[in-house]
Order: sequence, then C-alpha cells, then structure tokens
Amino acid sequence: MTVAGQVEENVIEDQEGNGKGRRRRKTRAANIRPGEQRLSWTLIAPTVVLLTLVVGYPILKAIYQSFLTDPGLDQATGLFNEGNAWNGITNYTHWLLQRCATADGGTQACPKGTLGSQFWSSFGVTVFFTVVTVTLETCIGMVFALMMNRPFKGRALVRVAILIPWAIPTAVTSKLWQVMFDPQGIINKVLGTSFAWTSEVWPARSAIIIADVWKTTPFIALLILAGPQGIPEETYEAAKIDGANAWKRFTNVTLPLVKPALAVAVIFRTLDVLRMYDLPKILTGGANGTTTSSILVVDQLTQGINSASALSTITFVFIFIIAFGLVRLFNANIIGAQAKGVR
Amino acid sequence: MRFKGVAPAVCLVTTAMVVAACGGGGGGSTSDAAKQGANARGPITFVTGKDNSGTMPFIANEWNKNHPNEKVTIKQQSDQADQQLSDLEQHFQAKDPNYDVVTVDVVWTAEFAAKGWIIPLAGQYNLDTSALLPATVKAASYNGKLYAAPYASDGGLLYYRTDLVKTAPTTWDQLINDCKGKTTSGTITGKTPGCYAGQFAKYEGLTVNAAEAINANGGEIVGPDGKTATVDSPQSAGGLDFLVNGFKQGYIPKEALGFQETQSLNAFTAGQLMFMRNWPYAVAIANGKGSKVVGKFGIAPLPGPQGHGASSLGGHSLGISAYSKYKATALDFLKFIESDTVQRNNLTVGTLAPVTTALYSDPELVKKFTYLPTLLKSIETAVPRPITPFYPGVTQAIQTNAYAALQGQVNTKTALSNMQAAIKSATAGG
Repeated sequence: MTVAGQVEENVIEDQEGNGKGRRRRKTRAANIRPGEQRLSWTLIAPTVVLLTLVVGYPILKAIYQSFLTDPGLDQATGLFNEGNAWNGITNYTHWLLQRCATADGGTQACPKGTLGSQFWSSFGVTVFFTVVTVTLETCIGMVFALMMNRPFKGRALVRVAILIPWAIPTAVTSKLWQVMFDPQGIINKVLGTSFAWTSEVWPARSAIIIADVWKTTPFIALLILAGPQGIPEETYEAAKIDGANAWKRFTNVTLPLVKPALAVAVIFRTLDVLRMYDLPKILTGGANGTTTSSILVVDQLTQGINSASALSTITFVFIFIIAFGLVRLFNANIIGAQAKGVR
Repeated sequence: MRFKGVAPAVCLVTTAMVVAACGGGGGGSTSDAAKQGANARGPITFVTGKDNSGTMPFIANEWNKNHPNEKVTIKQQSDQADQQLSDLEQHFQAKDPNYDVVTVDVVWTAEFAAKGWIIPLAGQYNLDTSALLPATVKAASYNGKLYAAPYASDGGLLYYRTDLVKTAPTTWDQLINDCKGKTTSGTITGKTPGCYAGQFAKYEGLTVNAAEAINANGGEIVGPDGKTATVDSPQSAGGLDFLVNGFKQGYIPKEALGFQETQSLNAFTAGQLMFMRNWPYAVAIANGKGSKVVGKFGIAPLPGPQGHGASSLGGHSLGISAYSKYKATALDFLKFIESDTVQRNNLTVGTLAPVTTALYSDPELVKKFTYLPTLLKSIETAVPRPITPFYPGVTQAIQTNAYAALQGQVNTKTALSNMQAAIKSATAGG
C-alpha cells in the first residue's frame, strides 16, 4: 500500500496542474526557471526509476506469464516438464469460457469442483458483496458522519469510539466475528436462533456482510466527514430563512456539497471490496458460496502460477473497468475533494 | 472535465495492479542437479514445521554429538501447513542449496518428486524400510520409488464416551444405535450431546474424512496408479452416504459442517459429542485441563459398514533436496531419524506416532501410551490419500463435491460423478 500510495500522490500532483486549468499551470511555469525544471527532474528520477522497477516489472511479468503454459506431467517419466511454453490466450479462455483441459489434449466444460468451474460464481459473489456492503456502508457511514459533525457533549469520544473497528486488523476482526458467529456463540444466544452461521450459504454470506459493514463503516464515515465539515453554517442559515425544512436542507445543501467526498469514499470502498480476501478466507474459508475472486486466485496459485497470473490479470482489468466507470459516473472533482478534506 | 476522470482512474488502477501483480514468480522445474554432491559430506540444514512437539532439540543434540563435522542446523518454518508448503516451493524454485533435508507432508510427496525437488531413495541412496510400517512407506513413494523417509505417522481414531456406552461400536449401524435416546438430533442443544462428528468443514480435513468413509465401504478415490479416478462407484456412494445421511437423519449435528480438528475437539471436550473422529493428539487435550470428559472417554479404531473401517493416513516424511550439496550426510541423517532412539523420543516427548513397527509393541511404551495398539491397527489398515503430483487440484475436487453432498445441495450419486470428472480434469492438468 505504501508504494501504491506514493504513486497516487504523484499522479494527483500532476493532475492538479492539468485539471485546474491552463492558467494556473502557466503561472507556475513562468515562475520556474529552466535550470530548476531540470533539477526537479533529476530529483524525481530516482523515485521514477524505483517505481518502474518495483511496480512496473512485476505487473509486466505477471501479464507475460499469463500467456504461458503451466508445467505439465510427462506421462512417460512421471515428472513435470518446465512449462512456460507459449500458450496464447488459452489461460484466459480457461477462465472466461470455463474450458478445462482433458487427458487427450482437448478441452471440456470444467467439471464441478474444479477451480475453473468456480470463476463466474466467484465473480458474482464478489460483485454481490460489493454492491450490498458498499450500499450499507455508505448509508450508515453518512449517518455517522452527520452525527460526528454536530457539536455535542462528548463528540471527541464518539469520534474515537466510531473509529475503533477500523483500527482493528482484519484478521483479528475475522477471528472475533468467528467466535461470535459460532453455533454456540453469542449471536445465536442473543437472537434465539440456531444458525450454523459459517456453514450455510446465506447465513455465511450475511455473516461476512455484517462483519465487513461493522469494520468499514467508520472509514466511510471519516471520508464523508470531510464534506459537511467544509460547509459553512451560513449556508444552512440562508436555507432556513428561505423556508427549507430539515429534509430539504439535507437534500439540497448537504448532499450536493458532500458529493465529492462521497464519491471518493464509494470508489475506495468498491475497489477494496472487489479484492476482498482475508475476511471470507478466515471466517468461512471460502466455503458456502463465499469464494471471492481473490480467494480463487490464491487457490489457483497452488495449482499453476501462469494460469493464476491470467486470473489475476482478468480481476485487475475488471476492477479497472469498474473504477473507470465509477469515476465517469460521479464525474466529480475527486481531486478537489481530496485536497480539501481527506488530507 | 473529460480528462479529470482519467488520471485518478490511472492511480486507482496502479493500486489494483500492485494487487494483481502479487501473483508473480517462477515456474516449476525438473533438473539434473540431483547428482551433485552425491558423495559429499558437510554441515546440513533440516527444514521442518514449527516444533510444537518439542522434539527438535533432542534430534539436533543427538546428531551433532556424533557428527561434529557434519552438524545439522534446524530451520523451523511456520506452524501452518500451507505456509510451510509455499516456503518450500519458493526455496526449491530458487534451487536453494541450503535446504538439505526437508519435511514433507504425506500429500506433498508426489508433487515434490514429480518436480524433481527431492531425490528418489534408491541405488546409492537406498534406505532400508523393512522395520517401517508398510503404509507409511507406501505414502512416501511415487511411481514405485521411495522418495522420502517416513518420520512420523498419524491415523484417525474413534473417540467415544465411556460413561454413555460401554464398548466402542465397530460398525456404523452400531454407532447410530448407540446414540439412540442419548443424543440430540440435527443440532447440538443444551447439555445433551450430539451423536457423531469428524472434520467436515471444506478443507483438507474433509478430504480425509470423506476418503475414510469411501474406503471403509470398499470404494476408492483413485485406482492403484494413483491418478485414474475411480470414485464413481456404488461402494463409494454407500460409504459417503454414511456422512450424507448423518446430516439428513440428524446423527451428525449440522454444526459439524464448520468443524476442523480444533472445533470438533472443543465440542467433544465440552461434552457435546458422544463420538468423535480425530487424530491421536486429541488424547492429551481431552485428558487435560478444562476438559469435561477427563477419564470418561475411550479410543477405538474407526467403525465401518461391517467391522472396522479404514483410516486415511496422515504424517510426515523427510526428503533430500535435489539441490543439496551434502547428500551423503543427508542420507545418514534420514537413517538416523528412523532409529529407535529418535522414534522413541518423538513418542515420549512429542506424542508423535512412530513409523517403526517394533515400538508399538514395546511393553514400556504401551504401558504409558495405552492407545498404541489401537493406533497401530488404525495405521496398518490406513489408506493413503491419492498419491498424485496434482494433489492440490484433486483434494479441491474431493472437498468441493463432498461438501455439496453433505449440505444436501446435490445427491450422493451426482456428487461422486462430479468428483470423478473433476479429479480426471485435475490430473490432466486442467
């Protein structure tokens, strides 16, 4: 995350120059002498080189590998060959069309129980988790943010308390919820139910959603909080004088002004959930219809690294498309919101 | 406005790419490195999982005392099997000469052998196996050749409550009958225990339990060649049905669908189970602090359809890395760990099941570890899990389809025919 964080910041800096309009760039350029510009490049160069090495190389290598064969068994000797022969797009059709190799060299529809047969279902589950958790987290996070924004006694305490779940490592969260979701655990006792929470399909999915919402809502709330904090009290007073009731003030004043911060929160969370791994892995082991794309990638790693590279590339392209779509959808000045609030 | 969206997308994508790229790494390999250092002697490194049993100091001291010029360094890995495996894979792929002797789980043997990572123990590396339990030797072999030296064995046992039933059931029907009137049905509630549980969560333990049920009824998962799937048979169906019907009829509580070794043992020590299938390590814990069944349980071989069933074989072996520089020393070390001294200490200090037959009838040991004869019976009749270099895919095929059957999502027949197809696909490298 540190490396990615650096990249983000760099790009954001550039973007500020491009995005805020030409005038600003011109003024900035006018202030910089040619020598300084060269110096700035020299100073940035080590970072650029380092990032190319640590980020660029593994990505390109993974993409290259995704077009190679995995080691195959030589029937005569019983030993594996090297693999790594050119394989075209077979690794991709294996996942996308769910075609598995047969012993005679042909392909067949992947039988149930192979990883290949779980591709679309794991994709569906991932998208399902994303839609449900992000919706819930955004709604609840919004309420939290508005609550934290109001001046009241003990506000500082509430802010800290709300942040606690986010501060706990996910692995620990998962274990905590696992104990609570135990068939003999506290949740069944309190609700008076007898669900085997982590070993039935819908209870297992709900368990993951509950744990994820509990953990991540504070993060969303914090991101959203940047919005209302930037709204001057006068705006509300003006709206009040114009006769707007509380709901109108929320929809017409708060919401539009919070939108940029909201967009950032939703995009961050969406990308996060799309690659969710640790929570379902620990809570349910990926059983009972909770295998996410990332769990599938890690499972595939034990069975063939090149095929796993293809799968992770697919996952990445998919996340890219969603991210791009969301950014277009919000069409919001995310950068502005970032500069104003989050930092 | 249009371009404003692009750059942030780029930075988000970069983040995603870092994640996507985490899958990088090298491919598998075979090599002729096996010949290097064949006669060479020198200090070696023994790589093994975290020493939870506390046997390693003894092994290191014993060996180093007699081999001052070929000292062994013990490198302990994590205590998680999958982390141990990926550590070994990384070092083998890097052809690391510093991993001389490695601990191999019985189910990894074939993959390591087929990748050329561990050398066959034949010819000048011949290891005398006459004193060893045949099942453990079979599990350490691939393509008819021994690839690793059995180090510790493991077999499944039936734990039963002696306060609820006098003698252990030998058949499944007896077990179900013994439960009548004494247990709850379907779910564990209140103080009445459930009838039976093993390890039925979707993980390696389910492969073990499903294979035991199938083998007990004369079914088999793969043929004698270790790769041809033969699981789709009426015998297998009859075997798996013992578990499937357990959930249907309620003699296995549905909580067991989430049980790994620890959870099943917790339920048993809390007095919530009348019968449990588990490994021998559970004896000490069930007799230990916090257990509600101290002195109220016995152990017996696993039941089957007619008479005793078949356990899956667990345990570990030691292999010599093909990249080791001191293979002659490594072989001596393998012979050393098969010695009576080491095997005896493994049992008395670490409660690890010995791989040498003689120790199971040693009067002194039997007196201290009363379960030894039962364990011997379990290991002698144990069936190794499929011995195939495609084991990760095969166990995935078994777990996923067996789990679907246990949950009642598909009937036993369909589950087994899916399992057969999936194993076939996995062993074809699909």
